[in-house]
Parts: sequence; C-alpha cells; structure tokens
Amino acid sequence: MLLRHTTDKIKERKALTVNPAKTCQPIGAMYAALGVHGCLPHSHGSQGCCSYHRSALTRHYKEPVMAATSSFTEGSSVFGGQSNLLQSITNIFTIYEPEIIAVHSTCLSETIGDDLGQIVGKAQDDGLIPEGKHVIQAATPSYVGSHVTGYANMLESIVKYFARKSDKLKKQINILAGWVEPSDMRELKRILKLMKIKNVLLPDTSDVLDAPMTGKYEMYPKGGTTIPEITSMGDSLFTIGLGEWATRNAAIMLDNQCKVKFDIEDLPIGLQATDRFIQTLSKAGSVSVPESINDERGRLVDVITDMHQYFYGKRVALWGDPDQLIPLVEFLVSIDMKPVYIVSGTPGKEFGKRMEKILEERVPEAKYKNGANADMLLMHQWIKDNPVDLLIGNTYGKYIARDEDIPFVRMGFPIMDRIGHSYFSTIGYMGSIRILEKILSVLMDKEDATCLEESFELVM
Amino acid sequence: MVKKIDTTKGLPDPSEVMDEILGKYPTKIAKKRKKSLVINDPEGKKEIQANVRTIPGIITQRGCTYAGCKGVILGPTRDVINLVHGPIGCSFYAWLTRRNQTRVPEGGDNFINYCFSTDIQDSNIVFGGEAKLKDAVREAFEMFHPKAIGIFSTCPVGLIGDDVHAISREMKAELGINIFGFSCEGYRGVSQSAGHHIANNGIFKHVVGNNNRDRIGKFQINLLGEYNIGGDAFELERLFDEAGITLLSTFSGNSTLKSMEYSHTADLNLVMCHRSINYIAEMMEEKYGVPWIKISFIGAEGTAKALRKTAGYFDDPELTAKVEEIIEREMKKVNAVKNTVKPKTEGKLAMMFVGGSRAHHYQDLFREIGVTTVSAGYEFAHRDDYEGRDVIPSIKIDADTRNIENLTIEKDVELYRDDLAAKKKQLLKDGYNFSDYEGMMPEMTKNSLVIDDINHWEAEKLIEYYKPDVFCAGIKEKYIVQKAGIPLKQLHSYDYGGPYAGFEGAVNFYLEMERMLGTQIWKMVDTPWKTEPEIVGSFAINE
Repeated sequence: MLLRHTTDKIKERKALTVNPAKTCQPIGAMYAALGVHGCLPHSHGSQGCCSYHRSALTRHYKEPVMAATSSFTEGSSVFGGQSNLLQSITNIFTIYEPEIIAVHSTCLSETIGDDLGQIVGKAQDDGLIPEGKHVIQAATPSYVGSHVTGYANMLESIVKYFARKSDKLKKQINILAGWVEPSDMRELKRILKLMKIKNVLLPDTSDVLDAPMTGKYEMYPKGGTTIPEITSMGDSLFTIGLGEWATRNAAIMLDNQCKVKFDIEDLPIGLQATDRFIQTLSKAGSVSVPESINDERGRLVDVITDMHQYFYGKRVALWGDPDQLIPLVEFLVSIDMKPVYIVSGTPGKEFGKRMEKILEERVPEAKYKNGANADMLLMHQWIKDNPVDLLIGNTYGKYIARDEDIPFVRMGFPIMDRIGHSYFSTIGYMGSIRILEKILSVLMDKEDATCLEESFELVM
Repeated sequence: MVKKIDTTKGLPDPSEVMDEILGKYPTKIAKKRKKSLVINDPEGKKEIQANVRTIPGIITQRGCTYAGCKGVILGPTRDVINLVHGPIGCSFYAWLTRRNQTRVPEGGDNFINYCFSTDIQDSNIVFGGEAKLKDAVREAFEMFHPKAIGIFSTCPVGLIGDDVHAISREMKAELGINIFGFSCEGYRGVSQSAGHHIANNGIFKHVVGNNNRDRIGKFQINLLGEYNIGGDAFELERLFDEAGITLLSTFSGNSTLKSMEYSHTADLNLVMCHRSINYIAEMMEEKYGVPWIKISFIGAEGTAKALRKTAGYFDDPELTAKVEEIIEREMKKVNAVKNTVKPKTEGKLAMMFVGGSRAHHYQDLFREIGVTTVSAGYEFAHRDDYEGRDVIPSIKIDADTRNIENLTIEKDVELYRDDLAAKKKQLLKDGYNFSDYEGMMPEMTKNSLVIDDINHWEAEKLIEYYKPDVFCAGIKEKYIVQKAGIPLKQLHSYDYGGPYAGFEGAVNFYLEMERMLGTQIWKMVDTPWKTEPEIVGSFAINE
C-alpha cells in the first residue's frame, strides 16, 4: 500500500496538515504573470521559492517557465531585501531584456517587512527602470490563502498598473480568466469569436505555456496579453471575472480605477455554468447567441442523455480549487452523479455556502470542507469509511486511486504524470464533453477489466 | 543541419564565447562571474570560484537550504515523519518530487508518500508558531505512531524565532520517540549545499550511534551520498549482496533511520556524492575511526573500480575472487550492449550542469560510449569538488559558510575502532587512497569550459556556440534547451528512467543515449514547405 498509514479513524486536527489540497501564493502570482506578453516573473525571496515554483509549473506544462529571484541570504533577511531587488531589476533589464518585470513577494520578504511598492518606487527614482519598461509588484505572503490567492493578487496588480480610462469608450468587454490551462484560454477566445464579441482576455497563457517546437528558443513567446490591450481594459464596456477566488479583486480594481462595471461568474465548466456564461456574454456584448453555440450545447446534452446510465448514482470524491470545484460539482449533480466528498485547502466561506446550495437537495449525504486541515488525508479517510466510484483531482490522487482501486480523472493543478490539459480544454460545452469522455473512459475501463467474462460487453 | 565546432584536433579555445557572455553583464557582475568560468587545463591547476552567492536577478538553477536538507538528505528515509514547520508551499513542493524509491518490507513504515506541514498562517507569524508546531507533533504521533520525527524550519519561522530544537527536545521527552530539528531556513547559505551540511550535522548528532548492535557480516560497509533516484541503490544492493559485502546503511537511498543508528559499526564508508555527505564521512571517522573512500558507481568501469577498491580494503581472497567473478560476468553483458551503441554515439558532444557530483560522474558514462563533454559544471558544489580535496585548506571561509555550524567531534573512547585506524595506516603505506577526491577538473579535456552555478544567459550562449548533441541538467532547463532543438537528459530525475548506477545502470544509460541521440524527431522540426515558394491561392475560402 502506498498510503499504508491512512486509516478510517478520523481525528479532529487543529495543527497538522497531511497531503495538502493547496500550495502557496507565489506560484499563482508567477503563473498569472506568465500570461502577460514579454513579462518576466520575479520572486522576491530565497532562491528555493523560485526554483520550486518554476519546477512545479514546468512539470505541469512541460514547457519553459522563466522567472528570476532576489536570491536572499541571511544578510538580506536581517537588513532587508531592498538592495537585492534593486540589483535584480538592473540585472534583469540588462541581461534578459523583458518588457515587464512582475515582482511578487514571499513569506520571507513579507515577514521582514519589505515594502515592494517603496522599493520599486526607489528603482524608478534611481533610474533603474529603462524608458518604456515596467516593474509591477504584488504582495503574496505564503502564509495567507493559497496559490489561488497569489494568482488573484498578481492579476489585481497587473490591472492596477496598466488599465487606464481615456475619454474614449471601447466597444469591447474584459474577460478576467481564473486559473485555467492554456487550452482553456484558447477555448475562451474561440467562444468569444463565435459570439462575435470584441474582448481583452487577461491573463492569456496560450502561446506561452503551449508553445510550438520550432527549433528556436524564445524567452518571451508570442502569447500573452499585451500592454496596450491591458491598458485598454479601462475603456471597456464591461468586465466578466471567471472565478470568485481568482478574479474578484481584479474586477473590483477595474471598477474602482476605471469605472468598468463587472460581473463575477463561475468558470464555464459543465452545462449550467456555461449556460450562465453564455447568457452573461450575450447581455454584456448585446449579441444574440449564434446557432453554432446552440449546436455545441445540444451536443453536450446529447452525450449526457446517451450515456446517463453510466453516470447515474456514481459516488465521486474531488479535491482542488474552489473556482473549479463549484461548477464541476454542479455539473456532476446535473448528470445525476453523486459528488460525496469535496476538499479544498483554499479558504473562503463562500465555498461552503455554494456547496450547500448545490448539494443539499440531491446529495444530502455529501461531506465538504475547505481551508485549514481540509486536506487529501481527510478525504482519503472519508473514502476508507465509505468508498467512492471515481476520483477527480490533481496528480497526487494517483496514490489513493491505486491503493483503493478507484478510477481516476486528472483535473486541476498540478498534473505531472499525464499530458492533454495544455491542449484539450475542459471549459465550455465542448470542454464539458471532454470531461464526460474522460469520466466514461476510466469508469468503463474498470468495468471492462474487472467484470465477469460472461458479462463482458462489446457495445456500451 | 547545424554546424558543429570542430573537435578533431581537441577542443577549441572558448575564450571568444566567454568574452561574449561576460560582455552582456554590468561590469561588476562580469568581474564576479569571470571567476566562475574557467577554461580547463588538466595539467596546470586552475582555481574556480564556487559556493558563493548567486547574483540577485540572475536566473540560476539553484534551490535553497531547506531543499538540500529535507529534500535531498532526509527525504529518502522512509520510517521517519518529516514535518515541515512553515507555510504550505515548502512541504508541498518537496512532496514526492525527487523520485526516491524505497522497498518496504511487509508491515514496515513508509512515510515517503506523505506530505506533513504545520501550514502556518499569518496569526502564527504574528504570535509565534511554536504552540502549533507542538500540536502538530502530537497529532502526527497519535495518528501515525512513527519511530521518529524530523522537524524542518523554513524562512519565516526562522525569522520569527520559533526554536525547532527546543520544541524537539520537549516533544522527545513528552512522547518518548526520537525527535530532532533542523535549522534549514532557505535563506541560510548560498545554495542547497548548506542544507546538506545541516542535515549531516543533525543526523550525526541525533541518530548515528544510537544503536551499538553486534556485527552481522564479515565485511560491513555504508554507502554515503546515494539517494536511490530511479532505483540506483537497488542495483548496488544487488552487487554488494552477491559479493558478500554487508551494506549496513545507505545515506540515504532506500534507507531507514534505524539503519543509520548502527551505521557507525561499519568497517568502511563508501562516498558517492562527495558534496552532500562528506561531512558525515569525516565525522564518523573522527568519532568512531571508520575510514572513508571516494568511489563512483556511475559508469561500468567506475563500478568495477569501486568494487575492486572495496575488496582491496578488506583484502580477503574469497571476496576478491567473488568480486572479480561478478565484474567479469557483468562486463560481458555491458560490453555486448556498448558495442552496439557506441558506433552510433561516438564523437557526439555533451554538456552537463547539475548537482554537486553528477556533472562529474556522468562524464564517465558518456566517455564509455565515446561522447565528449565539452562543458560542465555544478549547481551547488565547492572548489574541492572541482579541483580536488587538496585545495580545502586554501578555501576562504566566508560569512555564508560561517553561518553553518561545524560540529566539534570527539573520539568515542569506547567505540573507536583502533583496528581500522591501524589498517588504514598500513594500507596508506601500500598506496591505497583514503579520504581523497580529485574533483572534476583533472579528468576533463583541455579547453573544456568549466562553469559554476551556470545561469540561463550563459547556457543559452553556450548552446549556440557548442551545438551539443545532448545537454544534461534538470527540470527547469529541460524544455528551454529542447525548444532550441537539443535533447536534454535530466540528471536529477533521470527523466523518470533509470537506474543508471552499477552495471545494469550503465546498460540502461547506453540504451537511453542510443534512443535520445538517434531519434528522428529533431530532423522533423521544420515544415516541409519551409523552403517552397509561397503560393498565392485563388481558391481560398473566404467567409
């Protein structure tokens, strides 16, 4: 047994986290910054933070992930990291020549009280930032929130720094993407094109973290939202934030700074959340929904009706981030699956409220928890107590899947042992079909491998 | 096809590309980096700058002290709960990412697949995290009943002054199991290397010597600095087992803390990764009189040499005969594969920038299949790993090094092995080398470029210059180099392959290089229509 020490004896814990369903803020800040064109993320802390974040993102995307670090030593920890950051800014602009440096803090620099705004201001005053280049900064203490919080904080900082209101309104809407894959960013753009809505998508990691092999390495790939695009977000008609946790701060910032009204929607995962997204788009862009979108929706509903018998009543355990889990759980309920166990290390009261609403009627037995000690150990213990038919979550689920012999669909971050997430979206109606296809494949593979010989089915 | 450098008359002098690299840097930086770039001359001894701070803003390969302590040294030991006291990230990123394989006997403990953290929050930063740490230790004990718990301090808890050592002592007394702490905050030292030293100190202080058990074999050894990436240690265990050599403990691949407790009863320590573990080797000799030798099991010839050297130490005819029998049998298998692979790999060029010993050891494997290493360097090594241990007395001790405790070791009068000390004295007279490591540079070709703590800019320029057939580094570099059209072999994780140690490991590596260097995909990168004239179509579909 891989997790041989896990038992069904659940003990109330107040201090120990085992097998977390979250990680820390700075990696989210790094990921968000990579979705801006010509931007080099910079980690203001020990080298290890930057190295770990780059490694984790690289394992997930199998793509170059560039970022620099302030390389703190004990001295900088005592005397403050100002000189490290000033030196970093000079060196980065001289050697790596980005358009933008996106600095995020770490638990180390936050604990000693480094004020990034003040240091970047000093860099500006001292003339260390070349003409036309930019340094943006976000406070991302690792001991608050989770990786999603870091993403949200950097997104807010990007908007705050670049978005400006001119006297000319632009007939476009802003889409603030939650933490999704490059494939999902691409899918969002495709949907918006079908809807014929001009838009700015921020961040946009497509063509950055799914770059083609050309034989030539590009430190700043062609993708990413550009500075003029982000600046123009202040003149947009409306903002749609996709994901309460990841995008609300940035949406509020745009409203405060440029008076662009906003709406926060769930990530368009599954039938109902995509319906809501399409309706919001239709309203925001004053466009009717095209036939092609209706057709895609129809295909999704068709797949559900065709295969409903295989979904019905299946018990599912899920772990990951609230912005993904909420629409995903709603989707599973809508196809009559039973999401019985759900954990997320990311805190936030809204999670419990939304889960209650989604689950209370059709899956009253469901257990869910987020925040402190809502970890994969707890979920595994629930499973030990009363098993499930399916697991959905990041790569770390494979240990439970093997021990308990449970079919497993990989979704979320990080996925380190399979590919596909960078290329095949799981949002919108088409992405939802992919989710269903993945669920059916693992459930049916198990059925095929374990059923009695006389019950072996050719047609399913 | 890319035009390669001409190596028929030896390697060209890379001064020009070196100047180009340094020319991009601000003057002060150029001056500093210049000392870490050395054009090798195996005859004339050259000094390289190593184990110094990375310049802020430079995209380095290096990680932190915590990574070296918890990730590298303690990570592979299966029967200890490694509890990370800090925000969640530190423990999360070190969770199963180093491929330390372990074979657990029926009913044995294995906590490697788990990730333990105190997940400290802002309130802990303000009011202190010691109470939470104590609760976490108690909860871990009640739920998992481990034999030992290691506690790792991270940047913020070090800064707020949480004392992991005092808490460890208190909890040890309360719970009655071995509990010990490591001050391995990420900001200590200049790289992972500081963490290795801190881990060595902690294990030596709190674990080694806790169990004076009786002899269980005629020839008892420990293997130090072997972390069982991809099953390397399994292959070596197989060889020792067959030879009749008793491997008491490995530091720390496929190990138990229990085995480390009686490791001081060994007759000899074999040191693989000199950088990460030489401290324990030295301390064990000072305290218990166990001598150490530097060996490498990377490469078939190195493996044969290491086995012979081990047998030579024990000087037992039966053991020597057995070792020779194994070498003869295994080399036959190795040579059969080598002979089919080498014609396809001969003359190819490699570059490797990794770790604190692998960038040296893997040159041997490449040499066996005719691949020349044109440029190499370590991520976190010291001067002695480049130039040999002779230079140790001349290494300047800077503030960062002084930060790391140097344990004062006293001879254990009861347990000190006078017999081994006498044996060492005799063998030294016969020309047998102890406590010796010559480093990477004397073994590298003239004009090869040796670089410490290489960064992204330097690597990119060198790839342009050398156009190597294979580049060896880690996960962060993997796809950068491959995007430039050059295959990268990860030498931390082995790209999830291996084992590459020992004889079977050598065979695996030869075959891996046959695959990697022979794949056709790199020739298919360009579109077939790249060279054709552009067609202006009149049948294009317009919407």
